[in-house]
Amino acid sequence: MIKAILIFNNHGKPRLSKFYEHYNEDTEQQIIRETFHLVSKRDENVCNFLEGGLLIGGLDYKLIYRHYATLYFVFCVDSSESELGILDLIQVFVETLDKCFENVCELDLIFHVDKVHHILAEMVMGGMVLETNMNEIITQVDAQNKMEKSEAGIAGAPARAVSAVKNMNLPEMPKNINIGDISIKVPNLPSFK
Amino acid sequence: MALKIVKGSIDRIFDKNLQDLVRGIRNHKEDEAKYISTCIDEIKQELKQDNIAVKANAVCKLTYLQMLGYDVSWAAFNIVEVMSSSKFTYKRIGYLAASQCFHESTDVIMLTTNQIRKDLSSPNQYDTGVALTGLSCFVTPDLARDLANDIMTLMSHTKPYIRKKAVLIMYKVFLKYPESLRPAFPRLKEKLEDPDPGVQSAAVNVICELARRNPKNYLSLAPLFFKLMTSSTNNWVLIKIIKLFGALTPLEPRLGKKLIEPLTNLIHSTSAMSLLYECVNTVIAVLISLSSGMPNHSASIQLCVQKLRILIEDSDQNLKYLGLLAMSKILKTHPKSVQSHKDLILQCLDDKDESIRLRALDLLYGMVSKKNLMEIVKKLMLHVDKAEGTTYRDELLTKIIDICSQSNYQYITNFEWYISILVELTRLEGTRHGHLIASQMLDVAIRVKAIRAFAVAQMATLLDNAHLLTGNTQRNGICEVLYAAAWICGEFSEHLENPMQTLEAMLRPKVATLPGHIQAVYVQNAAKLFATVLKGEEGNTDGTAAQEASQLMIDRLPLFVQSANLEVQERASCILQLVKYIQKLQQKDVEVAEEVNALFAGELNPVAPKAQKKVPVPEGLDLDAWINEPPSESESEDEQPKAIFAKEEPKHSRPRHTEVDEKELARRREARKQEQANNPFYIKASPSSQKVYQEAPGVEHIPVVQIDLNVPLKVPGLPMSDQYVKMEEERRQKERAEKKKKEKKKRKEKRSGRGKKHDSAPESEEDITPAHMVDIVTEEMPENALPSDDDERDPTDPHKALDIDLDKPLADSEKLPVRSHRAAEAQKSPTDGETENATLQEPKKKSSKEKREKKKDKERDRKKSKEEKKKKKHKHEDKEEDLLGGQADEPVLQSEETSQVADPPTSSSTTAEVSDLDFWLSNAPVPSNTQEAATVAAAAPEPSVTAPDSEPDEPKDTEMEETKSSKHKKKKQKKEKEEKEKKKKKKHHHHHHHSDGAGEESVQNGTVEEEEPLPPMSNYCLLAENSYIKMVYDIQGNLQDGSQVVVSVIFENKCNSFLKSMEFNVLDSLNSKLQRPEGSGPHDGLVVPFQLPPGVSNEARFVFTVQSIVMPQKLKGTLTFIVKNEDDSTHEKLDFKLHFTCTSYLITTPCYSDAFAKLLESGDLKSSSIRLEGVNMPFHHLLARICFHHHFSVVERIDSCASMYSRSIQGHHVCLLVKTSAQTVSIDAKCDEPTLLGNVLDEIKQTFSQC
Repeated sequence: MIKAILIFNNHGKPRLSKFYEHYNEDTEQQIIRETFHLVSKRDENVCNFLEGGLLIGGLDYKLIYRHYATLYFVFCVDSSESELGILDLIQVFVETLDKCFENVCELDLIFHVDKVHHILAEMVMGGMVLETNMNEIITQVDAQNKMEKSEAGIAGAPARAVSAVKNMNLPEMPKNINIGDISIKVPNLPSFK
Repeated sequence: MALKIVKGSIDRIFDKNLQDLVRGIRNHKEDEAKYISTCIDEIKQELKQDNIAVKANAVCKLTYLQMLGYDVSWAAFNIVEVMSSSKFTYKRIGYLAASQCFHESTDVIMLTTNQIRKDLSSPNQYDTGVALTGLSCFVTPDLARDLANDIMTLMSHTKPYIRKKAVLIMYKVFLKYPESLRPAFPRLKEKLEDPDPGVQSAAVNVICELARRNPKNYLSLAPLFFKLMTSSTNNWVLIKIIKLFGALTPLEPRLGKKLIEPLTNLIHSTSAMSLLYECVNTVIAVLISLSSGMPNHSASIQLCVQKLRILIEDSDQNLKYLGLLAMSKILKTHPKSVQSHKDLILQCLDDKDESIRLRALDLLYGMVSKKNLMEIVKKLMLHVDKAEGTTYRDELLTKIIDICSQSNYQYITNFEWYISILVELTRLEGTRHGHLIASQMLDVAIRVKAIRAFAVAQMATLLDNAHLLTGNTQRNGICEVLYAAAWICGEFSEHLENPMQTLEAMLRPKVATLPGHIQAVYVQNAAKLFATVLKGEEGNTDGTAAQEASQLMIDRLPLFVQSANLEVQERASCILQLVKYIQKLQQKDVEVAEEVNALFAGELNPVAPKAQKKVPVPEGLDLDAWINEPPSESESEDEQPKAIFAKEEPKHSRPRHTEVDEKELARRREARKQEQANNPFYIKASPSSQKVYQEAPGVEHIPVVQIDLNVPLKVPGLPMSDQYVKMEEERRQKERAEKKKKEKKKRKEKRSGRGKKHDSAPESEEDITPAHMVDIVTEEMPENALPSDDDERDPTDPHKALDIDLDKPLADSEKLPVRSHRAAEAQKSPTDGETENATLQEPKKKSSKEKREKKKDKERDRKKSKEEKKKKKHKHEDKEEDLLGGQADEPVLQSEETSQVADPPTSSSTTAEVSDLDFWLSNAPVPSNTQEAATVAAAAPEPSVTAPDSEPDEPKDTEMEETKSSKHKKKKQKKEKEEKEKKKKKKHHHHHHHSDGAGEESVQNGTVEEEEPLPPMSNYCLLAENSYIKMVYDIQGNLQDGSQVVVSVIFENKCNSFLKSMEFNVLDSLNSKLQRPEGSGPHDGLVVPFQLPPGVSNEARFVFTVQSIVMPQKLKGTLTFIVKNEDDSTHEKLDFKLHFTCTSYLITTPCYSDAFAKLLESGDLKSSSIRLEGVNMPFHHLLARICFHHHFSVVERIDSCASMYSRSIQGHHVCLLVKTSAQTVSIDAKCDEPTLLGNVLDEIKQTFSQC
């Protein structure tokens, strides 16, 4: 079982948090902070597994994470999950994001956290791995997005136009971006598929 | 311009959307909180509007804010509104928000039930998908109960996308609503073989999760998983299954044996590291579960260790970490194989990655031996020095102690060394493990008597230099060791060289800065030391030394009397008064030492940590029973009815009541007084006690001791542990040299090195004699301590509720709540109760075993019943297959008979076989060929040694073996068997899960609680018999081939001669033919592939092809054989008639009640009925008989009415409705082939007329 999936950046700002067990908001924030502290102080090129923090997990739980450019992807899983399998799953997740957002960067996750959730929902459901095949995930996500578009139809057009204009009118937006692309190539990825 | 138009037409688009919110927050870095609070106000406004799009937008923003840590539960109702939008876009937003912030105590969840149900049944698969995804996050027990049935239906949805989600969410439903597990399980199991890999993977996932927590309930699925494992190519699925097997093998060692080979193959073949790693892990689990000493498995261990070494040596830190992790599992059972990689593991200690270092440390724990302990600890001590000021150092410290103290100090050969290690550890700055070191010191000093003198000397030095430990506030943790030091010096003060000096050290004013509990120990042990000093001075006529000691005590103790710590205060004042009295006596020259010492006489023995728990409860004592009636509750409860009865007998009841009350009041008053007396607050309030202390000599009288703060950090006078390492090496070398010299002579000499006695201890495994004759005092336990060590599971664990026997039949009450009523009236209930033939054999098996325990000579009958069982399972396995030419579809047989290890995957795939775990497992380790066994038996009149290797560890094998070999062997095995049988009976239940279809045990199974056990039944009927041989047979249809039946014949030798060259032949009819091997003529007999020694029976199977199955038939046949005596041999023959009943063409096939209902409604079936009069047996026996003898399964049973189903090998459906009332049984039957039906009914009638 996966207990939680967290994405936060190098400064510990949460970009996505998905808890498959209920915690109140304060605890959730604490867990994110704690996890960030545990993960961020680790060097690059050390192993991607951590025996869990105090707040989340316990003896049976592990934190499995990957660090891409500015973002940490952390899965908190129990012993029924394969460690290397989850590492691959993170990779699949990121690659899927990359496909869906076309060269994903932190900004995509910041502004479209809902979409990230929808993508994640096609991979992991209620803490259990639902699908690991990237093509299948993308097919389902695309199909749903298409539905959304068709529903918006003509009524959605002006909204889209406005949001485009809004973005145009906001020159500060690019300024906010100090974020590199998420690098997708990860050395030493154990071949899984 | 354009903007304005758009704005005019649709207002809402200028509401802030999620992107705007995010952007806004990023632009208000300084006053983020304030900005968000204005946003929340806006959102609240938006939520009040009627437009669903506005609401959805607001909810979307709330979801984002929730991630930032804002509580949005106030909007729960709005979220529900958005969820119920008809547009997918908004619905999805709603469900996402709900999944992020709903939980069990969210009350609006109640409102969602119908909405979710609607979405689940939506024609749009994505509506359903979104609902399922959301539900998986916030499902509550109520939702689970109400929706379980809907979700179950979705498990059979046409779209795999929905199916996989429905399957996955069932796990959550089970957790919240455990009652749903049993009704849903059959379908879940079905999904393991879903054509869509995603669905299959989901089902595996769910069952693995379930099985991980309660593995024993899922053992019966092992064959199915085995099949999946060998056929699946999806690594996710494989990993899950392999992990599951890892959890199952401890419960069933036979499974492990079966697994080894396929796993080994996977290890060799896979390129995926994750899969390789899990395989290795499971192989390790298997090896752990198997009894050690199986020589053929050492190769597997080697393979694992070797693969792990590759992982550890890999540059990828992840693999390194996992390799170490897995290595530590091997270590537990096969330490030797890991120990050879010590170099590698020590190397990992230097790794820069802390996770890896910690893993390596874990491994070291198991790798130490007497030989290398000192070396390893030395290395660790070096690391301790390097790891200054990290938590890793604390970890190292605990590990060192763990390593040394493990299994009762097993590996420590020199305790002086260990004590000095401990003392060295006290020099660590800022460790928080002072108490750990302290408890080790205490433990060693108490339990190793020989070391006490040394320990006391060391502790005295420690005490003398206490300021080094306490000087720095940072090192407070370490001052705990002073607690141990003081206690050891006091308790074992007779070993002190200079007790006076230590006494002085313990009473220094600086001590008063130590924590209270340590001071208390100081004071108490100062008294002990004082007693020792007195005793030492006893002989001296000049009593000045003793008087000095008294004076010292009287001078220093008042400091402690003033302590704020009650414990210290109390002890100090007590002892002070005592010493004052002693001083008086001393001045009168009275001998006091004896009496003072008597205060501390007696030895304190270590008590085991669990001793208290293990005190057995005396017989007749019920700890849960009330001693007195509970006061408040009972009164309030009893009073009301009593008030009613009081009218009838007021005189009796009332006075009694008041009496009780008065007593109660008095008791409470007393209790209150006691409480006050014990309350420290009251003591402090009394001024008198304080005054007493004030009068005692004040602080100013205490001489101030100069403390030398310039001492180097090393505690002076303490030997370094390194010296011991050297000494130990020398000692060992010497020992070795001496051993060479004096080869067999016993050595008795004093080792010069330390001037200590070294008795020649018995040679240890590693040829290392301990430096001291160590007597480790074992911890005390109460008499009659209970050996059991029950570790209870966490009562809050939700999985506890899921520990459900999946094999009991479904009761009506267990049905999942359904909204609508079922149309099919005849089959009132939708449950999936099913029966399997195999289960019926269970009681029989049991009973046969019980008999065996009593009597041995009636073995034949029992054998028969066992054989029968076996035969059932072996339905289509024909030993003579190659002879008979029925090849292709029976690979099982080959492997069973010829291969020693697990057979190819296909073997387990035949559905009939899957149904019996026992059988499935039993064919794995078949040790020797049946034929071989028989041949050996025939060749040697006393075949005593043919026992196959797997025999001792598997009862089932033993049984099978039994039928093959002679009585000699049986005697040998008898004992073993009896033991095993006990065990097996317990396991029984689980072994006999049947994994087919619903996985439900038949209703009539004797193991079902309330119903009485079934009489033993056998399907084997007599074929023919003469003075030499007896043949019994059973016929089973072959599921794979609609035109084949398998006849199993048991040949039993009844005479005292050998029977050999048996040939079995029948006269074929037009309809039925015996299958003969290719190339043989149509009238040739078949050679029975074994010989029979006296008293032995064995089974052979013959395949027949039949064309029409609607009529019963008889075939005439002959068995010819040679009876061989010592001097002569004769040809004999025996004629027989094989009776092919219509029943034998039926195959037990489970059927769902809905499918059954459809079948009946279809109208294709012809009906017929019979009545049976005077049937005098319980209904469940009746059903069991029908199931057993006629291969039916129960679809559903309601009271005294049951529907049953069976299928012929050619696909005819046979449905029965059996009703009973007062000894009359009526059977209404339907079948698409009336002739067949008529014959089957006749046969049923016959069965019951016989009994």
